[in-house]
Amino acid sequence: MQKLADFKLPQFFNYPPYFTLQPVRDTREKQIQLWKELILDYCKSQKTFLICVEEDFPLFSNSAIDRSLSHEAKETFLSAIVGEGRAEWLDKGHRKCLILWHRIQDWADIILQFVRDNGLEDSVMTVEEIRSGTESLGTELQGIDRTILMRALKLLENKGKLALFKGTSADDEGVKFSV
Amino acid sequence: MASGSSIGVGGLFTNAEVTTSGRPVLRRNEVECFLLSSVDFDSDDDPPRFTALKSGNLILTTHRLIWIPSQSNGAVPSSIPLAAVTHIFSHKKSIKSMFHSPRIRFQADPGSVVVTIVFRGKGDFDGFLTKFWECWRGRAWDEEDKSEAETSRSGGSATVAQGLYGNDGTVRMVGLAGILRKEQEQWESTDKSLQDAFQDLNALMSKAKEMVSLAEKMRQKLLSAPSSQNSSTDDEEMGSKEEMQQWMLSVGIISPVTKESAGALYHQELSRQLADFVRIPLEQAGGMISLTDMYYHFNRARGTELISPDDLWQACTLWEKFDVPVMLRKFDSGVMVIQNKSHSDEEVMSRIRMLVTKTETLRAGVTASDAALTVKIAPAMAKEHLLTAETKGLLCRDMSPDGLRFYFNLFPEMDLTNLHIVKDFGTYGEWVKATSILSV
Repeated sequence: MQKLADFKLPQFFNYPPYFTLQPVRDTREKQIQLWKELILDYCKSQKTFLICVEEDFPLFSNSAIDRSLSHEAKETFLSAIVGEGRAEWLDKGHRKCLILWHRIQDWADIILQFVRDNGLEDSVMTVEEIRSGTESLGTELQGIDRTILMRALKLLENKGKLALFKGTSADDEGVKFSV
Repeated sequence: MASGSSIGVGGLFTNAEVTTSGRPVLRRNEVECFLLSSVDFDSDDDPPRFTALKSGNLILTTHRLIWIPSQSNGAVPSSIPLAAVTHIFSHKKSIKSMFHSPRIRFQADPGSVVVTIVFRGKGDFDGFLTKFWECWRGRAWDEEDKSEAETSRSGGSATVAQGLYGNDGTVRMVGLAGILRKEQEQWESTDKSLQDAFQDLNALMSKAKEMVSLAEKMRQKLLSAPSSQNSSTDDEEMGSKEEMQQWMLSVGIISPVTKESAGALYHQELSRQLADFVRIPLEQAGGMISLTDMYYHFNRARGTELISPDDLWQACTLWEKFDVPVMLRKFDSGVMVIQNKSHSDEEVMSRIRMLVTKTETLRAGVTASDAALTVKIAPAMAKEHLLTAETKGLLCRDMSPDGLRFYFNLFPEMDLTNLHIVKDFGTYGEWVKATSILSV
């Protein structure tokens, strides 16, 4: 079966109707679900956090069968993912979509685990360090999207697990854990 | 030049009439026989008895010798009637004559003048001589004189008619003028008969108007009459009402009563007839035929007395009320078909299923025209079937620049928990096999 980068594609990726938005409701439901799973899987494997609808996204076309998703189809599938809480539109025009292949809650859990794993319970770190510091190397936190990270941190802040404080610049934003 | 001798002395030479282009004007029945150029007419006598005619064209006709000067040297076109020729001297060929221009001598009245024709040109002299003798001997002028004499004796105007008007004053149909005249007359007579016909038609139309207004009155009366459900006293009225309907139908007017009634008798009969007729085309078309196709078939079979599309439709809608094995069905798209009651959607579905699960169609899908060919139905019908199959979940669609295609719907067989799983049994697996050539 085909691969996109190192991602293994399922068989139905070569099924032409997969790329046509189905009019019949039951069929469409299934189609939407299949696309949702595929998009999330792909984004997780590639650590893709953002899909720009107007740009080419490798998953949205298949040159082997000469088919690609229409704009309407892309919007439909992404909106469905947004509806289930696994993505967010960043703009009203629905041009940029933030993909939450881990929910914010999941990220928050990952952060907590990270803190425990590294003995950071009472320490202080910059936000940037969380995503690109030595501790995060090889973990899921490495390279995490800033927006998502901030959201997760805010969520944890609300739960009293940490405190966010501003530094002199954006890079200096810091976290004090009190896990 | 000798005095006293001139052309026209004693009338030997007559002035010949020529046209503006120098052609001689021939008399009636006069026919040209020979033409030679560079000819002189010389007088044989010394002193000459007439002025020589030098260098002209000689035209021999059945009646005359005509000489036309080739140069305007003051000479006048002249002629001698053959009737005036009394003798033609025989032509002797001698050594001397070989070196001279050929010449002919003849004697003519008045005055027995001997005339020599000198042929200075290169014409066929012998041919001319032969013709000269023939014409002179032929005496064409004699017969004319005879016939002229006869007709003048009879006194009638039995001359052969010439020109447009015949002897009796009627118009002759000759030549182009005649043809035109004939056409004109034909046209005039047609026009007249048309006018007459229209008179009759106008009369008919005015009668028809009366009829229509009468019928209208009837209709109004029927409509305003009370409806049927009452007591027996109304039976009589009902009876007459029905009679009225029948009569109006027989005149060709559709029943004016409301739709709830059983429908006009005309439509009922048509409906039954149609149900019988429909059976065979329906079979041929595979159990389902569009209303427009049936319209064509039915009217074609009828030949004359064609029915209107509306009549056909009405007749079909009546089938519900009878026990006939056919039905009218309307699709969402608005397409109307006639269908065998026994011919169910299930049957069509199974045929389509068989078609799309074949290896080739699994891989490539089907278009409406593909389906039409295999399932043997009109392309428009095929599309309807495919759309119905899609609605039922049997098929799904593929839209591309190449057009619309339908595939067997594999979506239900795909596993959401594991996108890569393909079950061993099931059409999804078949499809994977069918497309294995394609995968990169």
